[in-house]
Amino acid sequence: MNLELTGAQRAVREEVRAFVAAEIAPHAGRWDREEAIPGDLITKLRERGWLGSLIAAEWGGRGQEMISYGLMTEEIGRGCSSVRSLLTVHDMAAHAVQRFGTREAKERFLPAMARGEILGALALSEPNAGSDAAGVETTAVQEGDGWILTGRKKWTTFGQIAGLYLVFAKVDGKPTAFLLERDTPGLTVTPLRGITGTRASLLAELAIDGCRVPASHLAGKVGLGISFVGNYTLEQGRYSVAWGAVGLLQACLDACREYTATRVQYGKPLAEHQLIQALLTDMIVNVRAARLLCLRSGWLRETRDPAAAAETMAAKYFASVAATKAANDAVQIHGANGCTEEFPVGRYLRDAKVLEIIEGSTQIQQINIPRFVFPEF
Amino acid sequence: MDPNQIKIKEFLSRFFKSHDLKPEEDIFALGFVNSLLAMQLVAFVEKEFGIKVEDADLDLDNFRSIQAISSLVARKSAAPAEA
Repeated sequence: MNLELTGAQRAVREEVRAFVAAEIAPHAGRWDREEAIPGDLITKLRERGWLGSLIAAEWGGRGQEMISYGLMTEEIGRGCSSVRSLLTVHDMAAHAVQRFGTREAKERFLPAMARGEILGALALSEPNAGSDAAGVETTAVQEGDGWILTGRKKWTTFGQIAGLYLVFAKVDGKPTAFLLERDTPGLTVTPLRGITGTRASLLAELAIDGCRVPASHLAGKVGLGISFVGNYTLEQGRYSVAWGAVGLLQACLDACREYTATRVQYGKPLAEHQLIQALLTDMIVNVRAARLLCLRSGWLRETRDPAAAAETMAAKYFASVAATKAANDAVQIHGANGCTEEFPVGRYLRDAKVLEIIEGSTQIQQINIPRFVFPEF
Repeated sequence: MDPNQIKIKEFLSRFFKSHDLKPEEDIFALGFVNSLLAMQLVAFVEKEFGIKVEDADLDLDNFRSIQAISSLVARKSAAPAEA
């Protein structure tokens, strides 16, 4: 594994960084307050090919290389976790369609997802099923040549504007994944407001009342909804969230660097106070460690190494926990200023907490990571 | 065991360090691993044996034992993958 970025990878990072500095970071606080990212931003992301960038060329995508994808995700996560979460869920859904979709589903959805015209979302969580994904209560019953879906989904990120949902249901008690289109009769989408973090990510609740989907919308076989489809999709999500956490860590460090250089107490800048230096040191070291874990995860994913699953879990666990600590420390460093909307660190803390909950909570990672054997040891 | 089975056993031994895995033993029933391993096994056989595991092959029964995985590899190696 080469730890140096290639010229192409550096170019991706610079391009996204410049875009984020101009088009995302200055507005993220307002979007957070308004609880929505604007449609014109989504158009700009679409025009740049940043939605569905992992989709293979044969389906109209550009099959972006994993480390470039990670660097792009970091830069977007540095500017706004809600925008990053749009990429996370759209790419998860696209990833699942590409691997498990029927040929008909791939032809119907992937080219449009690669163009960002259809946005994908993950409909897994329910009022009574979170970490215990196999405990979903949504059911699917075969009827003729199709399926009838019935249930309730909650916390569906970008559910308000998605055109295609990857729905996890049970068929005779067996976990099974389906694709559900937005305009299917019986589907009611209700905005979910007042969330603590990633507030602009257009969350929704889905009421699925006898929605009929064709046989071509089955994703993977009956019974493989969690073991294959869920795990594969969530691994992609963890990879995205881990890089997003690195971006958030970097954003905390950036904010604290600036603040501690200019804020003077006891006659000298905060940066010259040793207890502040201790907090900055943890941020600096943690962002570097988290980025290295993500780079290794990306390299293993790119080379299709079976060790990628474990490494990605470790990266997501470390980066999200470190992001919460960094954001917590960032608010502390900013003092009363950190508790106002004039500074972004309060939002970072709320967004970081979400990273520890989604795509497998910190505690779920702590249960799963020891079950893997890391190849070097 | 044939050479493929030996490679499969080597990979699975990462997860079964203190257990001498037999070709026909059900790795899921042994309880050492859960379904998190399923997609890892897919990635392993695709990379190690240069085959493409297609939707129709995605079945836990194809990954249940050393024997089952080697049978899948033999079948996929014999028939060229469909696009």
